[in-house]
Amino acid sequence: MDDISFYQEYWWFLVSLLGALLVFLMFVQGGQSLIWTLGRTEEQRRMLLLATGRKWELTFTTLVTFGGAFFASFPLFYSTSFGGAYWVWVIILLCFVLQAVSYEFQLRRGNVLGTTTYRIFLLLNGILGPLLIGAAVGTFFTGAEFVVNKSAVASPAMPVISYWTGPWHGLEAVLVPQNLMLGMSVLLLTRVLACLYFAGGIADESLRENCRRRLRIESGFFLLFFLTWLVRWLLSTGFAYVPESGLVYTETCKYLHNLLEMPGVAVLLIVGVLLVLGGMVSGLCGWRRAFWAAGAGSMLTVLSLLLCAGWNNTAYYPSVTALQSSLTIANSSSSLFTLKTMSAVSLIIPFVLAYIAWAWRVLDRTPITPEETEGEH
Amino acid sequence: MEPIDSSLVDWSRAQFALTAMYHWLFVPLTLGLGVVMAIMETLYVRTGREFWKRTARFWMKLFGINFAMGVATGIILEFEFGTNWSNYSWFVGDIFGAPLAIEGILAFFMESTFIAVMYFGWNKVSKRAHLASTWLTIIGATISAWWILVANAWMQHPVGMEFNPDTVRNEMVDFAAVAFSPVAVVKFCHTVTSSWVLGAVFVVGVSCWYLLRGRHREFALGSIRVAAWFGLAASLLTAHTGHLSGRDIALYQPMKLAAAEGLYEGGTEQGLVLGGILRPGADWVGGNGDDRFLLKVELPYALSYLATHDLQGYVPGIRNLLEGDYRLPDGSVALSAEEMMKRGRVAIDALARYRAASPPEEKAAALAVLRENFPWFGYGYLKSPGELVPSVPLTFYSFRIMVMLGGYFIVLFAGLLLLGQRVTRWKLVQLAVVLTIPLAWLASQSGWVVAEVGRQPWAIQGLLPNVAAISRLDVSSVQTTFFIFLALFTLLLVAELGIMGKAIAAGPETDSTSN
Repeated sequence: MDDISFYQEYWWFLVSLLGALLVFLMFVQGGQSLIWTLGRTEEQRRMLLLATGRKWELTFTTLVTFGGAFFASFPLFYSTSFGGAYWVWVIILLCFVLQAVSYEFQLRRGNVLGTTTYRIFLLLNGILGPLLIGAAVGTFFTGAEFVVNKSAVASPAMPVISYWTGPWHGLEAVLVPQNLMLGMSVLLLTRVLACLYFAGGIADESLRENCRRRLRIESGFFLLFFLTWLVRWLLSTGFAYVPESGLVYTETCKYLHNLLEMPGVAVLLIVGVLLVLGGMVSGLCGWRRAFWAAGAGSMLTVLSLLLCAGWNNTAYYPSVTALQSSLTIANSSSSLFTLKTMSAVSLIIPFVLAYIAWAWRVLDRTPITPEETEGEH
Repeated sequence: MEPIDSSLVDWSRAQFALTAMYHWLFVPLTLGLGVVMAIMETLYVRTGREFWKRTARFWMKLFGINFAMGVATGIILEFEFGTNWSNYSWFVGDIFGAPLAIEGILAFFMESTFIAVMYFGWNKVSKRAHLASTWLTIIGATISAWWILVANAWMQHPVGMEFNPDTVRNEMVDFAAVAFSPVAVVKFCHTVTSSWVLGAVFVVGVSCWYLLRGRHREFALGSIRVAAWFGLAASLLTAHTGHLSGRDIALYQPMKLAAAEGLYEGGTEQGLVLGGILRPGADWVGGNGDDRFLLKVELPYALSYLATHDLQGYVPGIRNLLEGDYRLPDGSVALSAEEMMKRGRVAIDALARYRAASPPEEKAAALAVLRENFPWFGYGYLKSPGELVPSVPLTFYSFRIMVMLGGYFIVLFAGLLLLGQRVTRWKLVQLAVVLTIPLAWLASQSGWVVAEVGRQPWAIQGLLPNVAAISRLDVSSVQTTFFIFLALFTLLLVAELGIMGKAIAAGPETDSTSN
């Protein structure tokens, strides 16, 4: 098959899937942000950290792979967003640097910074990571301040093809209410997922009770932020393009139109939202596997939103300063050859998912007990 | 439009160098120590001796402390291609991005999944499943090294691509040429085997520290036995792959070789500088005939042989490379730097005309000129030939440090194997081995200094100089993040050394022979 648009859509799907997987796995961050809220004793805090400590690398790896896949399939986004929205990405990366060492170092002897410092690092990562990633993804729908001019390569004095037009280099995204609302939704969703994960995977009744109580609060706030964001998103003006010419234009209710024109994606969104709601309700009722329902729902919801951002002739990274600089999956992708080559490699993904599932199962077969926090690691 | 601020290039380079060098403090230990501990766990599974389990678990503990820092510093590096080298990311992203994505899918997930089983699965999976997880963790790390070194090798010797003037970027046309380029294969083998050397030095060094302190004798001797054999084999392989790497440099990056050798005036029958002192402040760009060495000891003919496999072979020096007019291996005459820069400017100008033109015949004419001059495209961004000369002292001394230490490691491992259990009586040897630990890092870092400083000013050899590869940012932003990374990584390094020191001081789980 030599139609590049097929591979562009396929790779947008894969990148969206990785993004969805990342949001699901960020229950680790949600858990970190709740260390002190849920863990009333040191023993409980250790159990919470052991539970997320077995999974943090998976989240981390998904983030790195998400970045790598974006780079390989849509390098113009990588080039434009990372090089332009410099500060927001640097802060996100710093949060993850802090996380990477904290699990390993926090309880070790000779740890010069002290256990509490590393737990504060985890808390920072737990709050800022989802919040900023959510706000950054929000710009897929609200736009960002950049210009792309590929002909600049032929100007030896200033050959850089893309640049940011604002002075804040990405931080301005957090000040856009719609982005902030999405960031808050992601943060609260990760906390909901974390409550469900802990409630199902830790053998400590008082901790489970804490989780259920907390779940009520987090779920309420999540629904408030997410549903407000969702309604505004459906009614917002989006960014479309003409496939033949690549001309970008604004379209009222573009994302609502996308859902109507892509009923499969609409079904994903509805099923996803229902599963998240079902997970919350069943979690509150004490169902141990509610995490999986809400987790699957989160993935489907995020997947459908990201598909709406890039499919159906939508500009997934609109420029608010130079509309025609907006990025689409057609004008920002790798070549047909590269996309085809990587598509062959992507066939290994089911195998990767299979061994992840095996490892998850063997490690989580029995709930974590207080005794385990003494002997592990 | 304001031209690029040269200090932005310098700070962007400094930041990348900082993060890369910090990252490379941890990665080679992961690769080397990982194999050693996996061998020890294999011995446990094969023999059933609890001793090997305790030994493997101890080294795994140190592996874990180090691994976390490797992960922490690695994420910055990957995203820095976008944050600080955004033009690069577009210009070659079609080729360079693929290895990074494949690295994530094939290697990172393997590593991160099985490391969890390795640490948390001792009582949850069978012995064999645990052993498989340990090996898969280190295999994942090694596959990761493969793909990132494929990407790095491609920057040193770009192959398998074509320039597309419509998208204004280079596009991959031959994946196998990129993924299995001989330069990549040699680079991978040299880098990984040298990491094994570092891991082995670390293990014998820590073990000798126990012997010096009179603790954990059986543990230390067992560890030395495994690591010394492994280290000796790895050292010999490193020496061999280093030789192959030198040949690649002679073929594809002659300026790097000239800088590493301090060779200003080339010729036939060139000797290899075994050791020497460069004259401080020597002019490596100017054409005068000053002696640029205060002192040097040469091995006659060796450089000619290394570069051409012929004792009489011609090796160009810096002056020859700048002035051209010598015979290349394919029989053609080398162009001068001025001529290459001129052709590069013609190529860039043709690209501009191609982009601006609309009549098909004008586009075709511009394209023909672009294609004809594209091999020198990157030279068109340079302002003077002197920019083509990397820092000679840094490259020259780093190369010597790497090679001399590589030779020393061979002697060290062979000596330990010859001594066997008698090493317990040789306190001076034990001390020397302990003091060797930092030297392994010095050698490893020096190798990368040669590789990366020696290829300046290129982000991609001959195709894209650094000045055309960067992101358009305020210098102050890059300066700020440079110091943030410097402070954070240093703080975390201190923390890691503290934890590592305590873990080593605590020693392995108690065994019957300790003390």
